[in-house]
Amino acid sequence: MEHIVIIGNGISGVTAARHIRKNSDKKITIISSETKYFFSRTALMYVFMGHMKFEHTQPYENWFWKKNRIDLKEGFVTTIDTDAKSISCADGSSLSYDKLILATGSKPNKFGWPGQDLDGVLGMYHKQELEKLEELAPNNSVCKRAVIVGGGLIGIELAEMLLSRNIPVTFLVRESSFWNGVLPEQESQMINEHIREHHIDLRLSSNLKEIKSDEHGKVKSIVIQETGEEIPCDVVGLTAGVSPNIDFLKASNIKTGRGILVNEFLETNCKDVYAIGDCAEQHKAIGLRRPIEAVWYTGRMMGETVAQTICGNKTAYKPGHWFNSAKFLDIEYQTYGWVFSERNKRENESYFQWHHASEKLCITVSYDKNSRLFLGINTFGIRMRHEIFDRWLTEKVSVDFVMEHLADANFDPEFYRTYEKEIVLKFNEEHATNIKVKKKSWKRIFSTNY
Amino acid sequence: MDKNSSFALSNPHKVPLNNTQKFGFGLGIIGVIILTLATFNIHAEPKGIFTLVSIALIVVGAVIYARSTYLQHPAGIKNNHVYFKTISNRGVWGWALGIVLTLFYVLLYWFPSYLGLGVDGKENTGLVVMFDSLSMFFKGQAASQWFVYGTLYTLAILSLGIKFMYKYRHNRYQLIRTVVVILSQLFLAYFIPEILEGLNTERTYFAKDIKNMWPLNYYFFEPWHLDNMRNGGSLGMFYLVAGIFMFLVFTPIITYFAGKRWYCSWVCGCGGLAETAGDSFRHLSSKKLSAWRLERWLIHAVMVFIFVTTAAVLYGYFTGNGEIFGLSIYNTFSKPYGFLIGAMFSGVIGVGFYPVLGSRVWCRFGCPLAGYMGLIQRFKSKFRITTNGGQCISCGNCSTYCEQGIDVRAYAQKGENIVRASCVGCGICSAVCPRGVLKLENGPEKGRINPKEILLGNDVDLMDLLNKK
Ligand SMILES: Cc1cc2nc3c(=O)[nH]c(=O)nc-3n(C[C@H](O)[C@H](O)[C@H](O)COP(=O)(O)OP(=O)(O)OC[C@H]3O[C@@H](n4cnc5c(N)ncnc54)[C@H](O)[C@@H]3O)c2cc1C
Ligand code: SF4
Ligand code: SF4
Repeated sequence: MEHIVIIGNGISGVTAARHIRKNSDKKITIISSETKYFFSRTALMYVFMGHMKFEHTQPYENWFWKKNRIDLKEGFVTTIDTDAKSISCADGSSLSYDKLILATGSKPNKFGWPGQDLDGVLGMYHKQELEKLEELAPNNSVCKRAVIVGGGLIGIELAEMLLSRNIPVTFLVRESSFWNGVLPEQESQMINEHIREHHIDLRLSSNLKEIKSDEHGKVKSIVIQETGEEIPCDVVGLTAGVSPNIDFLKASNIKTGRGILVNEFLETNCKDVYAIGDCAEQHKAIGLRRPIEAVWYTGRMMGETVAQTICGNKTAYKPGHWFNSAKFLDIEYQTYGWVFSERNKRENESYFQWHHASEKLCITVSYDKNSRLFLGINTFGIRMRHEIFDRWLTEKVSVDFVMEHLADANFDPEFYRTYEKEIVLKFNEEHATNIKVKKKSWKRIFSTNY
Repeated sequence: MDKNSSFALSNPHKVPLNNTQKFGFGLGIIGVIILTLATFNIHAEPKGIFTLVSIALIVVGAVIYARSTYLQHPAGIKNNHVYFKTISNRGVWGWALGIVLTLFYVLLYWFPSYLGLGVDGKENTGLVVMFDSLSMFFKGQAASQWFVYGTLYTLAILSLGIKFMYKYRHNRYQLIRTVVVILSQLFLAYFIPEILEGLNTERTYFAKDIKNMWPLNYYFFEPWHLDNMRNGGSLGMFYLVAGIFMFLVFTPIITYFAGKRWYCSWVCGCGGLAETAGDSFRHLSSKKLSAWRLERWLIHAVMVFIFVTTAAVLYGYFTGNGEIFGLSIYNTFSKPYGFLIGAMFSGVIGVGFYPVLGSRVWCRFGCPLAGYMGLIQRFKSKFRITTNGGQCISCGNCSTYCEQGIDVRAYAQKGENIVRASCVGCGICSAVCPRGVLKLENGPEKGRINPKEILLGNDVDLMDLLNKK
C-alpha cells in the first residue's frame, strides 16, 4: 500500500490527509512537532482570552484520526533523503514514504533587531508561544506593559489578547497608518481610531531600534528608531509578518526560495515531494496573488488540490477569486476580489467608498474606471455573502450591477439595519447614475445565472 | 491537571470589579440575602414591602452591574475570561451555585414546607410568606410555592435578560429576541395568568400560560385539568381549544416558516430562562458526538413516553377506566412521567445543573415539544443556518457557545449549512463568529441542505466536478 507522509498537521496537511482518505485507501501518516492533534491556529487568541479551552480549538475529536486511519506521529523532522525516500526525526526515528507532502507552515519574522532573542521576546504563531505568553503575561502585575512590533493581523490579535488581561499595550507600526499597505486609507484610519478607542498606545510610523535587557537577560525596555524614546516593558511581541518554516530543508535536495518552490501542481523539484500551505512558494504567481500566501484558506485549498493529484486525478492548483476576512478588535472585515490600497492601486482601479456617519461601518468597492468592471469589495462591520460575490466576479458584472443588487449580497444577521439605499444614494451622487436598489431576492440568490 | 486545558494551574487572572460593578453586584446580593434570610425565617418587616424592595434591588443591581461591565468597552463580543472564572468553568462557585439551585428545586417540588409553605391550613412562613401580599394583590389568596417560583423565575429572566441586552447591544437580532423573551415571560407567563386567576377565584385551577402548550405542559390532558377547563366557563373552553390549536396547527405552520426558534428562543419560558440566566453557562454543553447520540435517543424516548402517557390518560378519561391493559394509568404513566420527567428532568436537572451541564439540558435532551418541533425543523422547514462559502477558519467559537451542543463548526468548515433538529435559533453562533460565516435565515427549501466535497474559493471546475459527483 502506498505510504503518504505529511509533515505538518496544520490546516493544509490535515486537509490533504482527509481528502486522500476520502478518495483512497492509502496509508497516511502525519508528523508534527507542535501538537499531536490538529488544532486551529487562528483560534489561539481565544484560548488566551478565556473564550475557549485549548481543546475547543481542535476541529475533530481525538477518535477521528484512528477511525479514519490517519496515523499521527509526534516528532520534529530533521532530514529528508529524497533519493532513499525517507525522512528522519530529531528523536532518531525514521520513516520511508512513497509520497511526501510538506506542510510545515510559517514562523514569525525576526529582522535582526538587537535584543530579539532576549527572555520576554516572542512571536505569536505556535502553541508553544502561546504557552510562553501565558507565563510571561498572566496579568498586569507580572507584565506591566507589553510592546508589539509590527502592525498586521497577528499584531492586532496579540494586542487584543493582552488587553483582555488588562495589560497596557504599546503598538509599534512601521506604516503611517495601520495596515495601509493593504487597506485603503479610509478603512485604515477607522481602524487606527478603533485601536485607540480600546486604549492601545498606537505608535504609527515607528520602527523598533532595539530591545534592551536587564541584568538577568530579560527584556527591560525597547527603543523607538524615529524618536529615540525608550519604553519600559516586560514583554515584546514580534508580529512583523511570517515566513516559511523551511530551515530544516537546507541540507536536502529540495529547492527553496523564500519558501519551498512548487509548480502549479504543487510539486517540488524532487519526485513525489509536494509542498502546500504557508510554506509553499509558487514559481510563478497565480493572477494577482502573491507567490507565498500565508492564509488559512489557501492552505486548505492546496490541501484539497494536492489530494486529487495524489489520488490519481492530477490537478493544478487554480484558486478561484480571492477572498479573506479578519477581525480588528470588534470590527469584522471581509474582502472579495481585489481591492488594493492607495499605495498599491493599479492604474485602472477606481474606488467607490461609503462610511457610516457615526458607526464603525464602511465599504470600499473597487472597479475599473474605463470599463466599470467590478473588481472587488472591502466591507467593515457589514457581512457579505461569499457566494454572491464569487458569482459576480466570475460573471464579470459591472459596478453598477453590484450597486443595484447589493441587497442580495448582505449577510448580516436578521433585523440588522441595512444601508444599501444610503450607499447607492451616495454612489448615484458621485457617478451621476440613477440606480435603484433591488429588493433582496431569494430567487436571484439561489440561481446560478442572472 | 491536563496541560491542554486552559492552563488551569497558572490561572486565575482575576479581573477586579470596579466600584460601580461592586455597587450593582452588592445591591443584587442584598436583594438575594433578604429572600435567603426569609427562607430561614428571619424576616425583614413589613414583609410585603421588603419583598418588593428585594425584587427592586435585584433588578436595579443587575442593571447597574451590567451597564458598568459592558459599557466600559466598545460594543462587541465579550467572552473574555469565561473559562477562567470559576462560576462559568465548573469551578468552586459553579458547583456551589449548582448545588444551591438543585436544593432549591428539590425543596420546591417535594418539600415545599421547608420553603415555608403552610400545609394543612397553617399560615405560610419562611420564603413563601414573603410573597403573600403580592399574591393577595393578584388573586386575593396566600402565596403558594408555585407563585413564589413564578415570581422569582420572572425576576431572573427580567434582570438577567437586561444584562444580556447590554452584553449584545451591538446585535439587533439578540436585542429584539430578548425583548420578546422578557415580555413573553412577564405578560404571557406571569401577569396575564395571575390576573386571570384573580378574576376567576371561584373556579378551579387550570394552566393559563397560553404558550406553555402540551406536551411541554404534560398535565394538559390529565383528567383533572380537562375537567377544570371544561368547568372553567368560556375562559376554560378558550384555553382548551387554544391549547389544542396551538399544538396541532399554529406550531407546525410557524415552525415550517421560521424554524422552532420562534418558540424555543423567543417565547418559551424554559428557553427564556436558558437564554438569560443561563447565558453565562451556555458553553458548558457537551459537543461530543456521543452527546449527540444520547440526545437523539433520549429526547425521542421522552416524546414517546408522553405520547403514550397522554394516550392512556385520554383513554381513561373517555372510557372512565382507571386501567389500561391491566395497568393503572396513574401509577404506570402519569405519576412516573410527572416525577421523572416533569420534576426531575425539567426542573432539578434542567435548571439546577445549569452551571455544570450548561443551560439547555432539558431543551436538548428532554423537552418533547422541542423534539416535535425539531422533527419539523429538520425535515420540513425553511429555516437553516447558512454557511458563508469558504470563509470559516475553524476557530470553534460557534461550537463552543452553542448551548444546544451542536458542533456548528463541523458543518461550517465544510461549507455546509446547518440544519439540525435541536437548533433553537438563539443566534449566538452567528454572533460570536469572528468571520461572519453564519446567518440564521428562512429561505427556499431547495438547497437548504447542501453537502459539499470542497469549498468555495477553490478552482471552479474542480468544485463543479467534485460537488456534482
Ligand atoms: C495568531 C494567528 C492568527 C491567524 N489568523 C488567520 C485568519 O484569521 N485568517 C487566515 O486566513 N489566516 C490566519 N492565520 C494564518 C493561518 O493560521 C496559516 O496560514 C495557516 O495556519 C497555515 O497552515 P499550514 O497548514 O500551512 O501550516 P501550520 O498551521 O503552520 O502547520 C504546520 C505544522 O507543521 C509543524 N512543523 C513544521 N516543521 C516541522 C518539522 N520539521 N517537523 C515536524 N513538524 C513540523 C509545525 O510545528 C506546525 O504544527 C493566522 C495565524 C496566526 C498565527
Ligand atoms: S446552532 Fe447556533 S442558533 Fe442553533 S442553537 Fe446552536 S448557537 Fe443557537
Ligand atoms: S465561529 Fe465562524 S469561523 Fe469560527 S468555526 Fe465557527 S463558523 Fe468557523
